[in-house]
Amino acid sequence: MPPTRAPAAIEATALTKTYGTGDRAVPVLRGIDLHVPHGTVFALLGPNGAGKTTAVRILTTLTEPDAGTARVAGHDIRTGQREVRRAISLTGQFAAVDETQTGAENLRMMARLAGLPRAGARTRAAELLARFGLTEAGDRLVRTYSGGMRRRVDLAAGLVGDPEVIFLDEPTTGLDPRSRQEMWQVVRDLTAEGTTVFLTTQYLEEADQLADRVAVLHEGVIVAEGSAATLKAQVGGHRLDATFTTREAYLHLSPRATHHSPETLTLGFPTDGTAGGVRELLDALDPDRTRLSAFALRTATLDDVFLTLTGPSRPKGLTHV
Amino acid sequence: MSEALIMTGRAIRISRRNVDALITAMALPVMLLLVFVYFFGGAIKTDTESYVMYVVPGVLLLCAGFGSSNTAIAVTEDLKGGIIDRFRSLDISGTQILTGHVIASVARNLIATTLVLALAFAIGFRPSATPAGWLAATAVLLAFILALSWLSAAVGLLAKSPEAAGGFTFFVSFLPYPSSAFVQTSDMPTWLQPFAENQPVTRVIDSLRGLLLNQPVGWTPWVALAWCAAILAASAGVSGALFRKRTA
Repeated sequence: MPPTRAPAAIEATALTKTYGTGDRAVPVLRGIDLHVPHGTVFALLGPNGAGKTTAVRILTTLTEPDAGTARVAGHDIRTGQREVRRAISLTGQFAAVDETQTGAENLRMMARLAGLPRAGARTRAAELLARFGLTEAGDRLVRTYSGGMRRRVDLAAGLVGDPEVIFLDEPTTGLDPRSRQEMWQVVRDLTAEGTTVFLTTQYLEEADQLADRVAVLHEGVIVAEGSAATLKAQVGGHRLDATFTTREAYLHLSPRATHHSPETLTLGFPTDGTAGGVRELLDALDPDRTRLSAFALRTATLDDVFLTLTGPSRPKGLTHV
Repeated sequence: MSEALIMTGRAIRISRRNVDALITAMALPVMLLLVFVYFFGGAIKTDTESYVMYVVPGVLLLCAGFGSSNTAIAVTEDLKGGIIDRFRSLDISGTQILTGHVIASVARNLIATTLVLALAFAIGFRPSATPAGWLAATAVLLAFILALSWLSAAVGLLAKSPEAAGGFTFFVSFLPYPSSAFVQTSDMPTWLQPFAENQPVTRVIDSLRGLLLNQPVGWTPWVALAWCAAILAASAGVSGALFRKRTA
């Protein structure tokens, strides 16, 4: 018997999706491949409108792709829709719980829908409320919850059926920093139990904090993929912030930069951080040695990766000369 | 099937807590009954012994209109949030979700109907229906409520916002006016009579009135039921397609 390789939790090949037809057709995904091993956290990173939500909707069988194939938890998203749905949970950008039911009622309802008997649903709901620190709030209507509590009860609702793969579509968008930290902790706990997590985010820090692998999605194409460390290395690993003497010089070099601070006439450029590399970059930026007044070297953040890969490198509202 | 039951429990819990809408749906028909009987009743001539004997079926239908139009709002509220996606990811079909709302709507309507009937008795409504007549009247009214609730669910799927869905209330509460609900159609302008005499609301009202007052009704209840069945079938069918379109 040939050795059977454990299939990945998510495997997608050449997924495409276009909304609208004819002149108004908007390609949202233009052939993306994904490979997420079991028990890992995968982050799909991209700005608004990059196609992140569409990718999630396709993988969770809510939207059909125009072309391409995908398997989630070992089942084909087209032919094994039912099996895929049983194996996953989805927590979207909008809280998918009823505002006019209590937290406990929402969880009990979801548990019943997931197939648990009445008593089992009650126990499961109590467990989840305790786990997400919502026991006291459990008997209050969800509409009285704070944003962070709402997101937690929403995530809890997704976990009633012990899913193998959890999809989190922008789990912390709109949350205050404290709730965001709490949410991150919840995701870390999930992965400690061996659950596979697929999350989308526009926050680079979030991907950096949580994900084993990151893919950068831009205009429907994956423009980079790897660990957060690899991606940072890909753009040189460092950033040189150069402050210019005149606005003209600033505007002239603005298109090449990944960071812009017009107030201080400072631009950031990717570099490998070596003496030779920095010298070369400075020469390229300021061949006559008149434009630059100061510079500083920083370690690249995922933000730099992101901006280098996705552009546009000019900030909005700035016309360049 | 058990999913539809869970969905029904949900919809009933939600409507029970939607106190404003509930009070409106209960209080409005009661007020309308009083307004018609005491304000307008004296000026409207009918072939019944008193106006309250004439107007009760019409008010029951108005009440059904208000009660079921809340279904449209509940459906748009669902579509606005992410809960439909969650239900779908749990393999719950659109029909099951909508059935929950429709059954909750029927339950709300039955309470409002009972309230209106109780008040009507108190102010002199004395039906002389046989037990079979009561049964038939209940069946016709139930069919009408069911059909209107499904129509309302379809409107909820079409509307872009709960506010737009609320506009449906206006439409359904208007339909009983050009019918035999409050005024005999023979007293209406001749150009309006063909519509007033043949529209579904008139058929339903004539059936209820005839059955409750133990008058000969002929085929009218069957015509009323046929109308309800047609509205129900069309709405349920359209809802299925609309649901797939809205959530794809």
